[in-house]
Amino acid sequence: MHDPWVFVAFLLPIGLLLPAVAVLMGILLGPRKPNAIKGTTYECGIETVGDTWVQFRASYYIFALIFVVFDVEAVFLFPWAVAYNRMELYMVLEGVLFLLILAAGLLYAWRKGALEWV
Amino acid sequence: MGDPFGIIGRWLIDLVTGLGMEPGAALTLLRFLGAAILATVLLLACFFLIVAERKLLGRFQDRYGPNRVGPWGVFQTVADFVKLIGKEIVIPDGIDKPVYWLAPLLVVMSVVGIWAVVPFAPGFRGTDLNVGVLYIVSIGAIGTLGIIMAGWSSNNKFALLGAFRAVAQLVSYEIPMVLTLLIPTMLAGSMGVTAIVEAQKDLWFIAAAPLAAAVFLISSVAENGRAPFDLMEGESEIVAGFNIEYGGLAFGMFYVGEFLHAFTVGVLFSTLFLGGWRGPGAEAYPLLGLVYFFAKALAVWFLTIWVRGSFPRVRIDQLLALNWKFLTPLALVIVALTAVVDKMAAEQGWSQLLSLLAANAVLALVMFAVLGAYGRSVRRREEKLRGNAAALQAGSAR
Repeated sequence: MHDPWVFVAFLLPIGLLLPAVAVLMGILLGPRKPNAIKGTTYECGIETVGDTWVQFRASYYIFALIFVVFDVEAVFLFPWAVAYNRMELYMVLEGVLFLLILAAGLLYAWRKGALEWV
Repeated sequence: MGDPFGIIGRWLIDLVTGLGMEPGAALTLLRFLGAAILATVLLLACFFLIVAERKLLGRFQDRYGPNRVGPWGVFQTVADFVKLIGKEIVIPDGIDKPVYWLAPLLVVMSVVGIWAVVPFAPGFRGTDLNVGVLYIVSIGAIGTLGIIMAGWSSNNKFALLGAFRAVAQLVSYEIPMVLTLLIPTMLAGSMGVTAIVEAQKDLWFIAAAPLAAAVFLISSVAENGRAPFDLMEGESEIVAGFNIEYGGLAFGMFYVGEFLHAFTVGVLFSTLFLGGWRGPGAEAYPLLGLVYFFAKALAVWFLTIWVRGSFPRVRIDQLLALNWKFLTPLALVIVALTAVVDKMAAEQGWSQLLSLLAANAVLALVMFAVLGAYGRSVRRREEKLRGNAAALQAGSAR
């Protein structure tokens, strides 16, 4: 019964519920007078042109890809950091080797121009 | 006076078991009460945090800030809240309803969730997860999810563009943040936040890893989407940002999340690098630890607002270049250097603090030299361009 995750299991739904109550209160108490003009897309008073699903730059996608690579690799480094105190120097150096591979990946992306925002 | 939190907890358990409840169920009930109180207090604290931040920003910009509602304007946020409740709910056509309404709630939940693992004082904390640091990162990332949900479901191309922008920024700055989180983990030998605070008994980690602390603070401010990194919102560029189509309290919830996150950044920084509740006498008197904890957190929070009030915003290419070409390589080098130097110091019998400080100082010197060289090369290129333009102009005049 002493599971530390019990608290998290309570806190997250409560953290979701309290703002939900506030928003619901706003919905119940606020007036509702919808009409066709109010419901349209808001663009500072200018009528919207074309579809919502516009094309966007591929750079976003590339940055997201680099992020995924780095985030997954950083998560792999956490067990290494936890065990750090029990390690010999050569084991630490192996971790550094892993970091160097990461850095080489960053350098590759950099040289390929993936980090440029043009 | 010795252990007030333990006494209150035991008293509550005794009270509930005295009423005929099983001890296990009583403990669960206590957890539930703790979670409810924590979340409520956090959301109520926003009333204070928002007005305090607006007052401070006003002072930084040589104006009064809110000063009409109540003494010194302390009830300004209450007035704003009442106004937001009474706003007309405009639900735009073509939105994706469940996603649209869930997004602001998730943003608040992600910030409130971080507080589950924060140790406020000795023996006074929500819970102690053995993967605390990873939990902080993963719960914090749900806020990013809320933002892209808001942009995607709004059926507005500017909200969508704003959300892409926000996600590019938040996702990028998560890398140096996660990498610098490795440093306290490494020095404490545990991912648990309580263990990290315990490990700072003799030495606050900011003394052993000042550069890592700086990188963590910068990337946390960027994660929060605050000036100088407030690119998620651009009135002149993308109408407003990911929250264009929101109104009333749903809109307010994004701001509750942001302002609470600003204080959470201070709390996390002081817990991971400034020793949390540690200070003279905090072991013997846990209440004193609570005072130290909030004093440190407020000091860091004040610093981030100072930055917000002082610096101009960056462009998006500068924002991403700062992250990927400066902070990320720097964080990689810091992690490698700290790991090797700390281990060598332990094996050779050098002083841990002095050797880590020396390594940080050398790294800082190299960093400034590289930055200086880069700055000079940029200036030289610009001067050349300017010279070419002047020559062209002179040629056309002739």
